[in-house]
Amino acid sequence: MDLLAFGNTGWGDELFYATLMTLAVSITAMIIGFFFALIFTPLKLSKNKYLNLIGNFYTTVIRGVPELLVIYLFFFGGSGAIMFVASMFGYFEYIEINAFITGSFAIGIISGAYSTEVFRGAIQSIDKGQFEASKVLGVKKHIQFFKIIMPQMLRLAIPNLSNVWQITLKDTSLISVTGLVEIMRQSYIAAGSTRDPLFFYSFAAVLYLLLTYLSMKLINKLEVKYSRGF
Amino acid sequence: MDIDLMITSFPKLLNATVITLKLLSFSLFFGLFIGLLFAILRLSNNIVLRNIAYFYSYIFRGTPLLVQIFIIYFGLAQIEYLRTSILWVILKEPYWCAIIAFALNTGAYTSEILRSAFQTVKPGFIEAGKSLGIPNKIVFYKIKLPIAIKQSLPAYGNEIILMLKGTSLASTVTLMDLTGVAKYIIATTFKPIEVFIVAGSIYLFMTFIIHNLIKFLEKKFGYQ
Repeated sequence: MDLLAFGNTGWGDELFYATLMTLAVSITAMIIGFFFALIFTPLKLSKNKYLNLIGNFYTTVIRGVPELLVIYLFFFGGSGAIMFVASMFGYFEYIEINAFITGSFAIGIISGAYSTEVFRGAIQSIDKGQFEASKVLGVKKHIQFFKIIMPQMLRLAIPNLSNVWQITLKDTSLISVTGLVEIMRQSYIAAGSTRDPLFFYSFAAVLYLLLTYLSMKLINKLEVKYSRGF
Repeated sequence: MDIDLMITSFPKLLNATVITLKLLSFSLFFGLFIGLLFAILRLSNNIVLRNIAYFYSYIFRGTPLLVQIFIIYFGLAQIEYLRTSILWVILKEPYWCAIIAFALNTGAYTSEILRSAFQTVKPGFIEAGKSLGIPNKIVFYKIKLPIAIKQSLPAYGNEIILMLKGTSLASTVTLMDLTGVAKYIIATTFKPIEVFIVAGSIYLFMTFIIHNLIKFLEKKFGYQ
């Protein structure tokens, strides 16, 4: 237990902040993922063949390639891509983007592919009559989406989105390879300096279990809220 | 775009794919037995056995695969007793540590898939078998198991693809699998996009094959 003491003698506070970092990366990635889903879900549902192809390309590639490979692409390619864009604007200095941004983006793109599939499925399972009825009543397109389609979609999507959240949360452990100090990286550092990997990695596992357990409890409450009337 | 690099790195990456496929097939093979065992425990009438199986799958599905590999590869080496025992022959090799971690992980997911598949077997089939005087063992092997396998095919196909992606984590314990070699080439040439395209295509090709293989099996066994 001395190993987990707070302050300079133990690793308690470091691991606490690392847990917060894991949460921060997961939430940021999840939000970035929603933005990607917002772009790619309409593409996947569109009647245009080419737009459809773009949407399918995104979800197929991202879900068929290992997460670690995507992270390496961003880790090694991220600053290169930014520097390329900057050079077009006449800026030639070396730019380094921080690990938090690269990591959240990489995980965000992965989580976005899963969210896209969830939203696509949810929208497709809404009764066609709902679209037609609102159209007949002359409801404007954006009001139709926000007031009629979205509430019904969320009810169907939340159970699957909770799976996406679990996947995203666990995927953040892979960002440790880029040096961002989240749970895995902090355990790696602690294990290296105390020569007690068994304890620290087991403790990391407990922290992840705690995170998944608590978030499940929270999501279950949301689920109840959104299935009112069913 | 550096086309030359893509061409020269292709055979190297293809060579590494052999290790990826070996890791995948070994872990799926062992994982299937582990999954079957725990699925049966989950459905047993004994509350202790049921809870053991539940906790096993809860722990392995609730923690990242990376943690599981690190505990097995770095963590177990710390136990003095293990280092002097015969098990050390296996546990000192990163290759077998990765396979143990993958098999335990996929076993947990497989047990969930098989459990829900067993639950979809209609009680009428089992009752019919019993009333014909077929012994319990044969009811299990000839009635329950074939139906459950048929029912679990689509979900198990997804699990195989997830596991294929999971094998990339072997590169974190010094194994040179497809991702490991890809990372090495990226780190030495600083051409991430080219290498990503080649390595990614190999992974996508394997996913494509697995996906179609499962579809073929589904058709063959008449999945509804």
